[in-house]
Amino acid sequence: MIKFMLMVNRQGQTRLSRYYQSVELSRRAALEADVVRCCLSRKKDQCSFVEYKDFKLVYRQYAALYIVVGVTDTENELSIYELVHNFVEVLDKYFSRVSELDIMFNLDRVHIILDEMIQNGHIVETNKSRILAPLTALDKMADG
Amino acid sequence: MRLNSGATASPRFFHKPLGYVSVTLRLRDDSSHFLASLRLRMPAPIRLRELIRTIRTARTQAEEREMIQKECAAIRSSFREEDNTYRCRNVAKLLYMHMLGYPAHFGQLECLKLIASQKFTDKRIGYLGAMLLLDERQDVHLLMTNCIKNDLNHSTQYVQGLALCTLGCMGSSEMCRDLAGEVEKLLKTSNSYLRKKAALCAVHVIRKVPELMEMFLPATKNLLSEKNHGVLHTSVVLLTEMCERSPDMLAHFRKNEKLVPQLVRILKNLIMSGYSPEHDVSGISDPFLQVRILRLLRILGKSDDDSSEAMNDILAQVATNTETSKNVGNAILYETVLTIMDIKSESGLRVLAINILGRFLLNNDKNIRYVALTSLLKTVQTDHNAVQRHRSTIVDCLKDLDVSIKRRAMELSFALVNGNNIRGMMKELLYFLDSCDPEFKADCASGVFLAAEKYAPSKRWHIDTIMRVLTTAGSYVRDDSVPNLIQLITNSVEMHAYTVQRLYKALLDDISQQPLVQVASWCIGEYGDLLVSGQCEEEEPIQVTEDEVLDVLEGLLVSNLSTPVTRGYALTAIMKLSTRFSSVNRIKKVVSIYGSSIDVELQQRAVEYNALFKKYDHMRPALLERMPIMEKTATNGPTEIVQTNGETEPSAVEPKHPPPVTQPTNQANDLLDLLGGNDVVPVIQTTMPTKPASAGGELLDLLGDLSLSGGSAPAPAPSVPTSQPSFLLDGLSSQPLFNDIAAAGIPPMTAYNKNGLKIDFTFERANPNPNIAVITIHASNSTEAEMTDFVFQAAVPKTFQLQLLSPSSNVVPALNQGTVTQVIRVLNPQKQQLRMRIKLTYTHKGSPVQDLAEVNNFPPQSWQ
Repeated sequence: MIKFMLMVNRQGQTRLSRYYQSVELSRRAALEADVVRCCLSRKKDQCSFVEYKDFKLVYRQYAALYIVVGVTDTENELSIYELVHNFVEVLDKYFSRVSELDIMFNLDRVHIILDEMIQNGHIVETNKSRILAPLTALDKMADG
Repeated sequence: MRLNSGATASPRFFHKPLGYVSVTLRLRDDSSHFLASLRLRMPAPIRLRELIRTIRTARTQAEEREMIQKECAAIRSSFREEDNTYRCRNVAKLLYMHMLGYPAHFGQLECLKLIASQKFTDKRIGYLGAMLLLDERQDVHLLMTNCIKNDLNHSTQYVQGLALCTLGCMGSSEMCRDLAGEVEKLLKTSNSYLRKKAALCAVHVIRKVPELMEMFLPATKNLLSEKNHGVLHTSVVLLTEMCERSPDMLAHFRKNEKLVPQLVRILKNLIMSGYSPEHDVSGISDPFLQVRILRLLRILGKSDDDSSEAMNDILAQVATNTETSKNVGNAILYETVLTIMDIKSESGLRVLAINILGRFLLNNDKNIRYVALTSLLKTVQTDHNAVQRHRSTIVDCLKDLDVSIKRRAMELSFALVNGNNIRGMMKELLYFLDSCDPEFKADCASGVFLAAEKYAPSKRWHIDTIMRVLTTAGSYVRDDSVPNLIQLITNSVEMHAYTVQRLYKALLDDISQQPLVQVASWCIGEYGDLLVSGQCEEEEPIQVTEDEVLDVLEGLLVSNLSTPVTRGYALTAIMKLSTRFSSVNRIKKVVSIYGSSIDVELQQRAVEYNALFKKYDHMRPALLERMPIMEKTATNGPTEIVQTNGETEPSAVEPKHPPPVTQPTNQANDLLDLLGGNDVVPVIQTTMPTKPASAGGELLDLLGDLSLSGGSAPAPAPSVPTSQPSFLLDGLSSQPLFNDIAAAGIPPMTAYNKNGLKIDFTFERANPNPNIAVITIHASNSTEAEMTDFVFQAAVPKTFQLQLLSPSSNVVPALNQGTVTQVIRVLNPQKQQLRMRIKLTYTHKGSPVQDLAEVNNFPPQSWQ
């Protein structure tokens, strides 16, 4: 199962954080900093899966943004790797050529998309149009 | 009260305090200001974007904190005003600040209010806030239960979905218990959007309250007949969770539900269906669902033959049909391989799986190589031969740049080492040890030691390998490898000269690696004479003089790089050389210098060695002779197992520190030995205490009387009660004792009989090593005066090794009233005839007596 998902930029600033297993607030900052340091220090030709404490990190870099997913040992790392890419494609479809600023300024929307895709640490939906259906409905309600 | 000004006071100023009377003129002007200030006091809260923009302009952490604090204050006052319109916006800002790490707990109640509102946007932000800010440790969350219950029955599916999502994310066990019924109802609806969310919510409920699992069982029956992939995916997750949690469920699903055929059918449809634009990821339709199904199949098929058989075909099909050019295909193949390995698949399928892993290893993508190495590590135990085929690729991965891949490759290489490939593999592994990061060195070194111990083709190779490890990664080896290595070196008798020569050369190069230095100094101490005499057969002997060797050892003592332990080793080595070298004076000087060293350990040793030179010089050769072959101390006898390396020797010599514990326990050993070949054979230090023994001697007198070779008058009962367990006494009194000793097969003999002193030998074979003969001597005295200070010494020819244990006492009572016993252990690897020269010293009637004798009449069975 997925333990947490983070989006961090190269300066170490967290752009999105979602925990599916409760971690105390005081420890979150330390955990995020540590995880990010781990991923930022890796070179381009190194493996995208890192063993960290008692679970695994799967990370992927998009321009200046790192998406890091912490998973348990039993999870298929290649599958999670694909999931990250799927998530980015959904964001791309919604925001039309998503950038880091889009994510920052529309954090609540990104959370809603994430909730449609991952719930309780497991994958719910991977079909882009179905994920974005409630969000388009919400947008229509907000405008009208 | 009328105001003095002529201005008409508008009614709204009546609440002003009367003290304002003097400020009348300003009142009219103030009115507009007042209204304006009312407005200003409550500006519309800024939008989330504005907040983010403001925060981004902050240059320093302090600035950012200031901005956020100001905004927090504004939000807090806005909450106090109970403003409905902007609450949503404020909570959104609060969530952003929470993500940055600032405290946001005062927004929790506001989230609840938002959830209770009717607008969808409010609800959305409210639930999001609840999921992020609340968890079951706050008491506030229970207030949500009612809201969620209402929302679960809402007319709009999106609201229901929200409620399910939140419940599934952070519901506590009480909430779950209350709302499980609703969730179950939603699991049965036809709305696929809700069904998929309800399934995952059910997973959370089951995790929190495992007893409710049966409640969801009927609903799962037709979950898998859905067409919607979302529902399929989440139902597979639900089934997986149920199977993992409860073995009963697992059995149920295997038999009754025909789950496996259903899953197989779905999987087949996915593979065969061709292109479906909805679920397509790089040409493969819904890989996520495929992976999930494969995982569930794995759980179902584990250790179950029927299920495994049912899925063999589909697994083969997936394995062959999936495209491997993209990561997606590889993900599916990886899951397939894991499944094949876990279930009871047929051998053809397993070979297919390992071949897939082999192909992965050759892939350029490092992720895939990593994944392949991980799975090979899991399977190497069961399918050893198949994995051996890919050995060369694995060994190549040792040179990869990535840390995780290197670690995996190292573990796998150690698992693959066997007798055939040990030479080649060891070369690669030693090369790896040279160049790897420090974090690997300790593990690699211990792995090399273990592998070398198990599969070493020759002793020389073994020693070479260990030396190589010590010189390259010497500071990273584990602490217990030093004694292990020493034991190994003593066991390879023919390699002593070669070993000590190589170690000496290594010491000349580098004295910083402590384990190497310790082993080297121990060896030089032991085999220094071989070094100086240049006897090495295997290599070119080097010319070394005694002085050079002593220089090196003294250098160790003085150097800053040596730890106290190393210094101890060096000092003991120098001491041992005093019997092997001729330049004793230099050694005496060194030893006396260190008698005043600051380090207490060194000082004690030096003082003891000094005493050895002065008062006990006659005992020095015996003490410092070659160490016997040590057995691996696998068994724990009733005595303490003394670590057999050079350091512990002197501690027994010190007269002021008698080891009384070893005395009676050594006697216990003697007793046990005599009682007929016990399986407990402890390795005991060579000691020669000169103090008189205390308890236990009388007990042995009893035994001495009962022994065949004795035959003296029955001894008096022991006057000193011993701590020996009474069962020994019981054993002594029974007749079969004689039979036991006779049954050992080796008859006892009289070795020496002169001047009233008679010494008898009784024999035994030691377990576990049949080459060791255990001889117990019994010394009895038939004269009228007792013999005090009785010391028995023995020497054997060069092909034997002798170990002399401590005697029971050194007073032989007069008139055969008792015997002194002592145990000798002789190692006779070449099975030559046993010969022994004995030397006896004692004081009889006030005058010291010394005698030498040769014992040649050993019975043939003792050395064959």
